Order: sequence, then C-alpha cells, then structure tokens
Amino acid sequence: MRKIWGGCAAAVLVLAAGAAGGEDTEHQSFWSQWALPPEVHGFWEVRGGYRLQNDRTQKDMSVMESRFQLDLFSYSEWAEFKYKGDVFGDWVQEKGRYQTRETWMFFRPSEWMDVKLGRQVLTWGTGDMLFINDLFPKDWQSFFIGRDVEYLKAPSDAVKVSLFSDWANLDVVYTPQFDRDRFIRGEYISYWNANLGRTAGRDAKVHTDKPDRWFQDDEVALRLYKNINNYEFALYGYQGFWKSPAGQDAAGRATFPDLNVYGASVRGQVGKGIGNAEIGYYQSRDDENGDDPMTANSEMRYLVGYTQEIGTDFTAGIQYYVEQMLDYEAYKRTPGMTRDEYRHVVTGRLTKLLMNQNLTLSFFGYYSPSDKDAYLRPNVHYKASDSWSMEMGSNIFFGDYQNTFFGQFRDNTNLYAAIRYSF
Amino acid sequence: MKIVGFCLTVCVTAGLTALPATAQEPADIPSVDQIVQRANHMAYYQGLDGKSTVSMKITDKNGNVRTREFIILRKNGQGGNQKYFVYFLQPPDVRRMVFMVHKFSALDKDDDRWLYLPSLDLVNRIAASDKRTSFVGSDFLYEDVSGRSLEEDVHELAGVTEERYVIKNTPKNPSSVEFSYFTVEIDRQTSIPMKMEYFDKSGVLYRVIESQKVEPIAAKEGERSVEYLTVTESVVRDLRTGSTTEMKFSNVQYNIGLNDDLFTERYLRRPPREAMR
Repeated sequence: MRKIWGGCAAAVLVLAAGAAGGEDTEHQSFWSQWALPPEVHGFWEVRGGYRLQNDRTQKDMSVMESRFQLDLFSYSEWAEFKYKGDVFGDWVQEKGRYQTRETWMFFRPSEWMDVKLGRQVLTWGTGDMLFINDLFPKDWQSFFIGRDVEYLKAPSDAVKVSLFSDWANLDVVYTPQFDRDRFIRGEYISYWNANLGRTAGRDAKVHTDKPDRWFQDDEVALRLYKNINNYEFALYGYQGFWKSPAGQDAAGRATFPDLNVYGASVRGQVGKGIGNAEIGYYQSRDDENGDDPMTANSEMRYLVGYTQEIGTDFTAGIQYYVEQMLDYEAYKRTPGMTRDEYRHVVTGRLTKLLMNQNLTLSFFGYYSPSDKDAYLRPNVHYKASDSWSMEMGSNIFFGDYQNTFFGQFRDNTNLYAAIRYSF
Repeated sequence: MKIVGFCLTVCVTAGLTALPATAQEPADIPSVDQIVQRANHMAYYQGLDGKSTVSMKITDKNGNVRTREFIILRKNGQGGNQKYFVYFLQPPDVRRMVFMVHKFSALDKDDDRWLYLPSLDLVNRIAASDKRTSFVGSDFLYEDVSGRSLEEDVHELAGVTEERYVIKNTPKNPSSVEFSYFTVEIDRQTSIPMKMEYFDKSGVLYRVIESQKVEPIAAKEGERSVEYLTVTESVVRDLRTGSTTEMKFSNVQYNIGLNDDLFTERYLRRPPREAMR
C-alpha cells in the first residue's frame, strides 16, 4: 500500500511533467487542467561520523552515507501534489536504500475544510525536541547518529482532515496501520538490554511484535485548537499504541501496548519571550492498574518552556520536563524494577547566527538530575553559498548508570560532518 | 490619492493662515508630523492590502552573491497594525518556508512572529524581539521591511531642497538602536522616502538606503481606478561591512481582497494560492 501511494503520486507528477512538455496543444490544455509542471528540487549530501570511543557491539563509524533527495511539487486548480524521496548508500548497514519521505495530495474541499492524504510528516505540540502530545513517529536512530534534524520526524501514512470554525479548529489524523517510532534497536546505536543485563548492539537487535493489521491496529490523533490574542490553546487526544516498545511478550519480543493519551497545551508571549506549557496523561490500556511488570504503567507528563532573544541573532531557550509513573507502588512490587517514580529533564538551547546569518552555532542539551545522565548536541552549520552548505556536530552522551534513558547510549558519543548541495 | 494630497495642502495652508504668528516657514510646507506620516503611509500602508514578489541580491565586499526570493502578502488592520505573510522561493534550503508576522504599532507590544518549516511540519514561534536585526541575512533589517513606528523617534525638518524634504530622526530611546540618528529625504511631490542615511553613535555615516525606481501601480479602490506610486527597486549599502543588498519588487498588486484568515495557522501550514504564484 505504501508503494502504491508512492507510485500513484510519482505517476501523476511524471504525467503532468510529460504532458506540459508535449507538442500537442490539445493534450497540453487537457493536462494543464490536471497540474502544472512540477517544481523539481532536492539535494545531494555526503555525511560521515565516528564514535569517539570503542563500542564492542558497533562499528567505529556511526554514520557514513551519500544521499540524494528528490522533491517534486505540483498543483492543479483543485489540489496540490507532493513527492519527496531519498536514495542513499549506507556504509554502516552496507546497503543501498530508498525511502519515500512524503507522497501526498492536498485539497480544500470547502471554506472550512482541508484534507491531506498520503505519506506525510506531521508535527504538533509545543515542546522543543520533547514530545508529549505529538505521537507521530520519530526516528531516534537518525537523531542520535547525527543526520539532519529533518529526519527526526519519520513520515506517517495517514489522512489528515482539518475543520475550521470561528469557535475552534479541529485536526483529525487517521493512520490505518500503526506507524511506530524508528526507535533504538541496536542497528546503529547500542542500548541497554535488560534481558541480557548488559549493553547490546548489532549482536542483539531488538525483535518486535508490531501491531500491523490494517484498519484494526490503527491510530487516531485529534487536536482541538484556538488562537486567542495570539495565545495558542490546544486540547489533544490519541488512541493507538506506545510508539516505542513499552512491554515484552512471553517470547521475549518487544511489544507496543495499547495507549490512549489526553493532553493540553498553551503557547504565547510571556515578557520579552515565548512561553509554553504542555501536559499529557498516558493511559497504558493493557496495564491500567500498573501491576503487569511486562507492560509499561500509565504516566503523567508535564512540560514548561521559555525562549527569549538574549542578544543580536542570539536566542536562548530552557525547558523543564517531568515524567511521572502512575501506580508506582504496583510497579515496585516486582523485584528488580529500577525506574524512579519521577524522571526530571531540563533542556537548554542556544542559537547564535553570525556572518550575515550564514554561520549558525547551536547547542541543545538534555540533562536529567534524577537519572544522572545527559545528552548534548552542539552543531556548527555554514552556508557557503546559496547551493552549498556544510556542518559539523556531535552527539554526546553521559550517564552514571548503564540503564538510564541517555546513560545507556554513552558508548555511542560521536562526531559527524556533512556537505550538501541543494538545488 | 491626489485628492488626499490636495486636501492636506488646503488644510495645512488654512491652518497656517489662521496662525500667522507661528508660521515661520514658507506657507506651502506642511508640518514635520504631516510629512513623516504621509511618507510612512506611502512606504508601508498603501491600499487595504498588497502582494508582491521580492527578489534580493546580497553582494558581500568580496563580490560573493547570494539571492533571496519570496512572495509577500500584506494586509492593513486597525490603527497601523498589519499582518504579513512571506512565502520563500529561493534559495533551495529555505524554499517553501513561511514567515508570518502580526505587527502591532503600539510601542509596548512586540510583534508576533511565526516560522513554518515544511520538512518537519513544524510551526515555530519566533522569540526575537529586536527589530534591528538582519532580515533573511540581507543588509535590510526587519524594521526596514515592516516599518519603524513614528513614535520611536523625534522628527525635525533639517532642510528643504527644491525636490525634497530632509527629516532628521532622533530615537527617543537611544539604547534600543545602533544609530544615533538617521535622516530621510522625502520627495516633496510624491511623499516617497528616497534616501535614508544612518549615523552611528560617534556621528559617522555607516548605512545608506536609496529608492532607485518608483513606478505607478494600477489598482482599484472599489469601482474607482487608482494608481499607487510604489518603490520597486531599492538598495542598501552597509559602509562598515562593504556589503550591498538590492531589492526588487515585481508583480505588485494592491487591493486584491486578502482575507484575514490567510494570516492564521491554517495557511501557515498550507499556503494560500495567492502566496504561491
């Protein structure tokens, strides 16, 4: 089905392109009603990175790839069409790969309705690199090995219907087949494997039992939102599954238990900067009492953040985030359970633009005082011209313990560099 | 527009005749406030709304050239408030990004700014409150594009030539800006600002903006056909860095009936047709 979508959209765009270039004016006028010749864009890049320490379960290279992205966009009187796909050679996995990033059709059937159908990247919520009510798939592997931040968001195969009124606006996203996160599974990044009681990587990739029945193992995400004097208020609902493994079956495979999420957020001007707050209740439906040690407990998640300009082209942001495990007493009754009831995380962001905004120095860091671990993301990005850009950065993990969220990745600290030609 | 101009002249003349004791200047020169208000209107507020394709050519002191191209939609609101929608076309790495501004004329209220990143489907609120920073990496500043409130400065008539009024503008809050004062040369006939010169804290000229081409743009005011005189080519020179930015407006249109809804999250995420072509 994914391939069919990709094929259809590509065919439409190719037909439109061919028709527009055709000799026959009669056909041309027919096709010009369909769509304009596509705008062709994309980039080519080379990216390489290495671990800064030895990890016996992984290669020394953390990322090594040459990537070509093609981006086609076209529109007719009644709809817009988009295709974006990547072909890349991946030396870490030693194979050539293709991924469709986007293939969608968008139309406005009425004054009060928008529809976007197909493979698409979806984002909502107020967190900066922290997600409570955004339950669209993330690609944590790409994030941790230092691919462009664009790849943190994995696409969804979904339909998004947006309804607009003076009272409020409603987004409904229906994903007929569960789209999980591209979570850490040992392919590129080693992780804490509780079953083995040690850090594992390519020697023990995570095997999963993923819900994959069409129209049964589906996801529904809702956002009801309203802008009042440019304060953005939103309520959220989600019915689906934990996006990364949150349980284990009898065969030892990682599972994605049922999950409902209910939440709210607000964002707007506070003082000289932008403040945001978000909350979410994660209802782990397969373990509502918290007494099943093989399934994640329900949680409350809280976030407050603030961003302000602190100098010329210099911005600073700070966030405080808490995950609270519910039914903690029930969880603790099982011997060997090590998680704290509360996981506290502080994030900081600094962004400075220099040289006519062509040079960007940025830093983003997560620090958890409760887990005693941290993840730092320094990056230098330079636009050498309108077409050429280069960047260098690092993913740095610290941790006192091998089994905490960021601490488990401490052997994956890496340094990467990339050069990109955009057209 | 000519009627308004005529009315202004008549009213001003009448006012001056009524108060002959204070009329030190020649009778046909309006007050400084009237000159700057009229010039501000011509530069930023003509029509109820407007649209244009903007191309920028940024040339650094070594001759390296970078380009920016975007479509800009503008709609006037109440009391000098405005909404802007900027859809980027070039360069490729910012293509299809959208920058949206709700501009407030009140001095104590910061503009609200959003940036939409299509590859992440991310709607970001921009925390920047400093209006004297570069607009999209060019030598134009955010404030050059969106306008500087007349309330920010004290305006004095520094000179009158045959063709132009020269206005000296001194900031009321000097610590909020990088200049000590700037002068604006305003065409006496059209009220269009033709040249702006910025002087640093030690009084040295460091930045010059010039209007290079002014064109009449045909538009409708209801049923009536009108022409709006519009600066379609301008250039800014930063004398300290040696960098120059040329800005050209094409496909300029006024009073096209832009809806307020265009300046909301709906269209930030999926731009309207008006913004894409």
